[in-house]
Amino acid sequence: MIQIEQISKSYNAHAALKQASFKVDRGELFGLIGPDGAGKTTLIRILMTLLLPDSGKAHIGQWDVVKDYRKIRQHVGYMPGNFSLYRDLTVEENLRFFASVFGTNIKTHYHLIKPIYEQIEPFKNRRAEKLSGGMKQKLALSCSLIHRPELLLLDEPTTGVDAVSRQEFWQMLGTMKEHGITVLVSTPYMEEADLCDRVALIQNGEILEVASPKNIVDHFSSHLYRIKGKERLGLINALRSLSLFTKVYPFGEYIHCTSDEAVEPVVISQQLGQLGMDEIVIEAALPGIEDRFIELMA
Amino acid sequence: MKKLISIIQKESLHIIRDWRTLMILVMMPIALVVIFGFAISNEIRNIKTIVIDPSRDVHSQELIRKMEASNYFKIVAYEDHIEAVEGMFKRGKAHVAIVFPLNFGQDLIKNNGQSIQVIADASEPNNASIISSYIEGIVQTYQADVLGKNPSLMSIIPEMRMLYNPGLKSVYLFVPGIITIILMLICALMTSLALTREKEFGNMELLLASPLNPAFVILGKVIPYVALSFIDLLLILVLGDIVFDVPVRGSLALLLGESLLYISTSLSLGIFISTVTSTQQAAMIFSMIALFLPTVLLSGFIFPIESMPVILQWVSHIIPAKWFIIIIKSVMLQGSSLDILWKETLIMGAMTVIFIMASIKKFKIRLE
Repeated sequence: MIQIEQISKSYNAHAALKQASFKVDRGELFGLIGPDGAGKTTLIRILMTLLLPDSGKAHIGQWDVVKDYRKIRQHVGYMPGNFSLYRDLTVEENLRFFASVFGTNIKTHYHLIKPIYEQIEPFKNRRAEKLSGGMKQKLALSCSLIHRPELLLLDEPTTGVDAVSRQEFWQMLGTMKEHGITVLVSTPYMEEADLCDRVALIQNGEILEVASPKNIVDHFSSHLYRIKGKERLGLINALRSLSLFTKVYPFGEYIHCTSDEAVEPVVISQQLGQLGMDEIVIEAALPGIEDRFIELMA
Repeated sequence: MKKLISIIQKESLHIIRDWRTLMILVMMPIALVVIFGFAISNEIRNIKTIVIDPSRDVHSQELIRKMEASNYFKIVAYEDHIEAVEGMFKRGKAHVAIVFPLNFGQDLIKNNGQSIQVIADASEPNNASIISSYIEGIVQTYQADVLGKNPSLMSIIPEMRMLYNPGLKSVYLFVPGIITIILMLICALMTSLALTREKEFGNMELLLASPLNPAFVILGKVIPYVALSFIDLLLILVLGDIVFDVPVRGSLALLLGESLLYISTSLSLGIFISTVTSTQQAAMIFSMIALFLPTVLLSGFIFPIESMPVILQWVSHIIPAKWFIIIIKSVMLQGSSLDILWKETLIMGAMTVIFIMASIKKFKIRLE
């Protein structure tokens, strides 16, 4: 459905994308995962024909993102990172307007948005600016689906949205497959990767890895330990000074440490004891997507 | 076509929802007409007047009485010497002096005519020009009423002398001026704001990502403002007619047609501004500097173009408002028709085409 080949794009001297390449299959729920400033928005805007790549090629179906921009704009649904609906129009007016923009109406594809729109329908006469963050995103999703696109491009739809709404939002994205709609969604939240069929990890404009969430975790090749102690900051500094580990980084309530060779927890606690650190919990840990992401980072 | 209608509907909703701005746009022309109208008609009452009348005969006394009775003039001093005038002007004790010659009445009869000298404080040019026109009016009425029975008594000629601003050629035709400015304000400023708002709030990103034709986007946004500016135009014309008796001597159809052309010029200018700016604030500043100030200052609305330095006269040629003021004054007050005004009309038309071409060239179908 999407083919990206060696796409590069820079703003002045800053390179936002460096020869990014990957493919998205038809009907897939594909995640583009990376921190802020990784190049996710630039890539999505290039696919949406809103930006021109400096070099490289990209196709949506058989359409070229530069030449066939009209076709793409007719058949792709887009939800920008910032809330872009009309704040002073009501929920229903927004939906009706965006339906008419695509030459359709609310009824034609209502079945597609029904599970989402039903949740905000009680507020259909409320102005969009008065909606909560989660409801705004549901409305924006409804508007981007109202013309039954073949592909849905979503730029960080769950950023700044509460945990419950995020969960509901991902459930709805999961149902797109039943309608044969391909979804490309970007997110800075690593844990959301597990909800995708496949993901691309992106950092500093480079695609680090493309695989299913399970395979990405399987590719993790180091040994991982999780460590917990009283004095967190001091502990991190101490661990970094040990030269046992390749990487030491905070992870939730733990500190994650990776090493190329297996290390006995007893050795770690002994060395920490010499630095005056005691009452420390050290366990071998199972890696997640974030651990693989950090392993891939230079 | 359906898409265009839905954009127009949407834009109308924006305008109605922002009712404060809407109220300003409707009330402002009313306020301006009333302020300009009454400010001018109030200030010219009770003008502090000095009389120097060495002859003190029937005719001079009668003329002075008529002036006082008009309520326009209030005699604050009778002086013997003309030297006293300037001192009183400078201290603001008086704004006009009327100087009769010695033996005014005798010479009037003997020579079939006589002149009086009127010295006006022209540091406020509008007032001075109004004052002089009042004196001319009173003198003419006096001639017709009192002296008209005796045809051998011919004319009293008021000789005007403007102090401090001798080249005065001011006109206070405020209704055409207000129409010009309001239409420019709504069409250029409001449309450039409405279009940049789409960019600023990110709505344009969604519109660009849709199959909408850019021309439809712009046209749909602009049409409600055409309607709004037409309402204001009619409001000003009706108000000017009812309250201030400002006539429309020429063809009303021609006036509305020329206004529509000027609206198009302003709209195309507003669209052009929106294509070269990306925030509402930038559009506002651009409009203020590039449109509003030149329209007020250089169009001939307040300051006559004839008395400007040559360079500014050249600059005034590229200001659409200048041409429209010429047209609208001519149609409203002189009753001119198109065979006189074709040149100005053609210039405005050409400007519109240029701005639209430039906007099309500048319009971005992508985000950069």
